Amino acid sequence: MPAAISAIANIVIGGIFHAAVLFLVAAGLQLVFGVQKIVNLACGSFYALGAYFGITLVNYGLSAGLPDWMLLPLLLIAGLLMALIGPPIERLLRTVYDRDESFQLLLTFALVLMFQDVFRLVWGANPRSLDNVHLVYGKWTVGDFSVPLYNLLVISAALLAAILIGLFLRRTNFGRLLRATAENRAMAEALGVNVRTVYAAVFTLGTLLGTLGGALVVPTSAASLDMAVEFVIEAFAVVVIGGLGSMPGALAGAGLVGLIRALALVVYPEFEILAIYLIVIGVLLLRPSGLFGRPAT
Amino acid sequence: MKQGSALLLVAVAAGALALVPILAPPFYANLLVPFYGYAIALLGFNLLFGYTGLLSFGHALFLGLGAYTAAVLAGLWGIKAFEVVLLAAALAGLILALPLGWLAVRYRGIFFGMLTLAYGMLAHAVLFKFYHLTGGDSGMRVPRMHLLGLEFSAYNKFELLAGPFYYYCLTLCALAAFLMWRIVRSPFGLHLRSLRDNAQKAEYLGVRVHQFRLAAFAVSGIYGAVGGTILGFRTGLADPELVYWTHSGHLVFMTVLGGFSSFLGPVIGALVLTLLQDQLQSLTQYWRLVLGAILALVVIFLPRGLAGLAIDAGQFLGRRRPAPSAASTTTAT
Repeated sequence: MPAAISAIANIVIGGIFHAAVLFLVAAGLQLVFGVQKIVNLACGSFYALGAYFGITLVNYGLSAGLPDWMLLPLLLIAGLLMALIGPPIERLLRTVYDRDESFQLLLTFALVLMFQDVFRLVWGANPRSLDNVHLVYGKWTVGDFSVPLYNLLVISAALLAAILIGLFLRRTNFGRLLRATAENRAMAEALGVNVRTVYAAVFTLGTLLGTLGGALVVPTSAASLDMAVEFVIEAFAVVVIGGLGSMPGALAGAGLVGLIRALALVVYPEFEILAIYLIVIGVLLLRPSGLFGRPAT
Repeated sequence: MKQGSALLLVAVAAGALALVPILAPPFYANLLVPFYGYAIALLGFNLLFGYTGLLSFGHALFLGLGAYTAAVLAGLWGIKAFEVVLLAAALAGLILALPLGWLAVRYRGIFFGMLTLAYGMLAHAVLFKFYHLTGGDSGMRVPRMHLLGLEFSAYNKFELLAGPFYYYCLTLCALAAFLMWRIVRSPFGLHLRSLRDNAQKAEYLGVRVHQFRLAAFAVSGIYGAVGGTILGFRTGLADPELVYWTHSGHLVFMTVLGGFSSFLGPVIGALVLTLLQDQLQSLTQYWRLVLGAILALVVIFLPRGLAGLAIDAGQFLGRRRPAPSAASTTTAT
């Protein structure tokens, strides 16, 4: 394979891997915003929580004698376990559902502050990482282009999640209730939908997507105290570009942001975040509904 | 009568603040300098948030602008007169706020918040990445400046901050507050409140909604830049953290802590948070946990903030005085 093509392949695969993780977190953000109309700043903290706990669980599991290939299952379990904080946090947010959206935003900001110190308390101030365990599944090599199979597994997992969420929202009864609540809460409630249950379920699912994203990314990059506040910003870029509350939008936005980031990192590193934010501002100004969203009010 | 007693309270508070450098150790005067910077910035921020109903989540952009203006003017160009730097920062705030605001005020609610957040992050990316211009993450130095043409060369930086600069900031803050008081009490302020409560109705009545929002955005930008200049002078540094979104979040935090529905609420919030943060930081390295918990409690239980609590307490006491028997029966039941 010629060097130029393998370089491009590297950029594309790197971008798609980043996009896959971004999609998971952004999908959680979209779900919560779409149904509950809450912008959850803490979704980055859920992501970091998944990452930190993923490291702990994998280290524990592997040192307890589990085979190396258990890495991915262990990370999935870590993500699932951490999603258990979803219901209590939803209970906390319930106190401000009928208030102005600035209060909801601020309450999630309070969570961001608290989580940051919880991470410091439990996992210390230094970045934590799993060293090179993600190579256990081997590499896929064509000429001088190679990609760890783990990265491909994560990309497939994210695609699988996208398909499952789509099926859940479109084909299941609970998914329909959920979309009805998103459409018109009062009407759904009047027709007998238990909005309280729907909200709790949606928020927990949103949390799960965040913690899973964090758990899956951690074999390839370190978990640090800053990752929560940095990642939430990228997830925001994704949902703005894709359109607030839209699932296809999250997929398209994540793909776009992931690829731009990967490309900019190679071509012109100064431009990385800048490019993303120029696009975000451009989208907000020209088409505030995003690629797949509804018109802004 | 009520306004008179409120004015009296403010005068007493200002007098107490003026006595801090004399009565308290210089540490406290030094600690309160950033409070004045935040107080000025938040007076402007609350014109936008409390009075116009637009929540900006990127307002720290303007604080950064003020600090970087000071760094460029005083540090690179050698203009040491702080008054000139303040004016330049105010002008820079206005110049930046006009195009940004013009684009942003078409939206409200979550879209306005998102757009301002994106502004802030764009500014952060520029400051962070263009290392040769802005010093990247290490930022730019803000040197000592002259106050009213006086160099105060006999003072070291700490004495300057705890003495002359303290009074300078107190005066500046009082002026800014007086000016803002006139602004919110003017027909202009009334227009802002009317379009906050019902933009459509206000528009029917002839209020040019976008122009008024833009004017509020511009004023808040100017106040933010002036406040940021004080922060830069105090730390001697302008760095990208100043414009990061969490700093914008802190501005909103202070405003809500104090109460955005009262004029002085944000100032109270800035004061309480400055003192509280200092106390917590000396007690524990996990101060963010405590601050976050406090913010959560305020959001849930005190939606009108500390100022709202104080007003309620004042009304409760005021009600109690003329009719003590009625009050005692209510407390008994």
